Amino acid sequence: MDTVIKVENLTKRFGDFTAVDNISFEVKRGEIFGFLGANGAGKTTAMRMLCGLSIPTEGKGTVAGYDIFRQPELVKKSIGYMSQKFSLYEDLKVWENLELFGGIYGMSDKDIKIKTDELMVRLNFEEERDHLVKSLPLGFKQKLAFSVSIFHHPQVVFLDEPTGGVDPITRRRFWEMIYDATASGITVFVTTHYMDEAEYCDRVSIMVDGRIEALDSPANLKKTYNAKNMDEVFQQLARKSTRKAD
Amino acid sequence: MNISDNNPPIAIHCESVSKKYGKIHALKNINFDVKRGEIFGIIGPDGAGKTTLFRILTTLILADSGIATVDGFNVVADYKEIRNRVGYMPGRFSLYQDLTVEENLEFFATVFNTTIDENYELIKDIYIQIEPFKKRRAGKLSGGMKQKLALSCALIHKPSVLFLDEPTTGVDPVSRKEFWGMLQKLREQGITILVSTPYMDEASLCDRIALIQNGQFLRIDTPENIVGQFADILWAAKSDNMHKLLEDLRNDEQVKSSFAFGNSIHVTVENGQLTVDSLKKYLIERGHNNIEIQPIEPTIEDCFMELSNTQI
Repeated sequence: MDTVIKVENLTKRFGDFTAVDNISFEVKRGEIFGFLGANGAGKTTAMRMLCGLSIPTEGKGTVAGYDIFRQPELVKKSIGYMSQKFSLYEDLKVWENLELFGGIYGMSDKDIKIKTDELMVRLNFEEERDHLVKSLPLGFKQKLAFSVSIFHHPQVVFLDEPTGGVDPITRRRFWEMIYDATASGITVFVTTHYMDEAEYCDRVSIMVDGRIEALDSPANLKKTYNAKNMDEVFQQLARKSTRKAD
Repeated sequence: MNISDNNPPIAIHCESVSKKYGKIHALKNINFDVKRGEIFGIIGPDGAGKTTLFRILTTLILADSGIATVDGFNVVADYKEIRNRVGYMPGRFSLYQDLTVEENLEFFATVFNTTIDENYELIKDIYIQIEPFKKRRAGKLSGGMKQKLALSCALIHKPSVLFLDEPTTGVDPVSRKEFWGMLQKLREQGITILVSTPYMDEASLCDRIALIQNGQFLRIDTPENIVGQFADILWAAKSDNMHKLLEDLRNDEQVKSSFAFGNSIHVTVENGQLTVDSLKKYLIERGHNNIEIQPIEPTIEDCFMELSNTQI
């Protein structure tokens, strides 16, 4: 298996505050990589660097084969991104959102059309195709936002708390979509505050005060910390935090 | 004097409350009572109607129909009285970003005709944690600190009923635990608390809860009773291929539902149909190894899923 994300000694400082402190890790192709940490641990800053949105202060890093220092634009083209605040245009129709994002990522009109048709069938969305996004129920929007983020078949998709606030069944259906994406070769990098979802990841890293305090499979982490579930692992590690910022 | 001494035993009363926004039925015939001194949780996903209910009870919007009272006062006729006696922490951070921590607190104290000193005892445990930053602008605080300031501001006039709309959404598990610790202490001081959350695991920290979805209460009871009324048989299943396990379980007609729950899959079976042994045999035939199936106690999340499956 080859490597999709590789960072070495990555650091980001804002003035005299070190938001991300010398982190190193690799993510393999097709992996579901859980990126956990308390509020203020540095997750968002680290994720912004990996997405080519923020230039690191020190260290090295490649995402999808591109250097995050020198080729941030190429990084952006090769990844997908979805946050809890769905990045869909509410006043556009379902198909218009797909066309817009497909176009931005440089897909051909023909390709957009074929993939839109295919997606509408797969999601059972054919009736909603011409509906404005703002009229859709929350669960639909979430499915669509995720589909938009991987519409251009990125090498890796970054999901920033994608399941916040949704009902328990929709939340689980969403993870089933994540599995389907990895089956098609997409690597998934995901943050969450639901510790049961940490169990669904192949490997999990836990950040505390800007550093990666632990990184392993959920099974190994539970063994190492003598914990019965990932919540206990998280509570043990995050309590070490001395940082009180966000 | 305990805050609860002069107030009626029913802190919140809601009778047939409904609210529509255009065609959307945000609340359908909501009925419940919150007893004095309770922590009552409204538990459900985004869009279920939680915020609408909070706004009606805090007199910010009007219900289309139904009756609601807080401390015995009617939310329509006596709205001014209610506004004086309740504390409200909305879901979205709503303090003055350009005022400092101390200025925000002082502002809220003044509006309610009191001073920080007068009620300092009540907020002390919470405020003490942000006091070192009292000269900092509220907009520059971290998420956790904003939450503590908002709670302090909602408490500074010594409310009899506290309304907390999703105070822990987006907050990490460690800070959430800490926040619930603060609520337990407030209850000990006699404050009645109505709190909403999308996190099902917080249900067990409430005295009673209402599970809400699509504007309707699915059930109102203590967390223990809700768990006790779970109608199906529930097993936790594992094998060395969890993804395929989910697929195979869904293909078994005798399995009612199967969903991932952390490191196992929760399987519900209708009474007296399938046995653990026959399910094991079925899974062995489909190539699974290291199969574990165990009867388990349901969680509130299992109950929510079962109720929302059958009722809506």
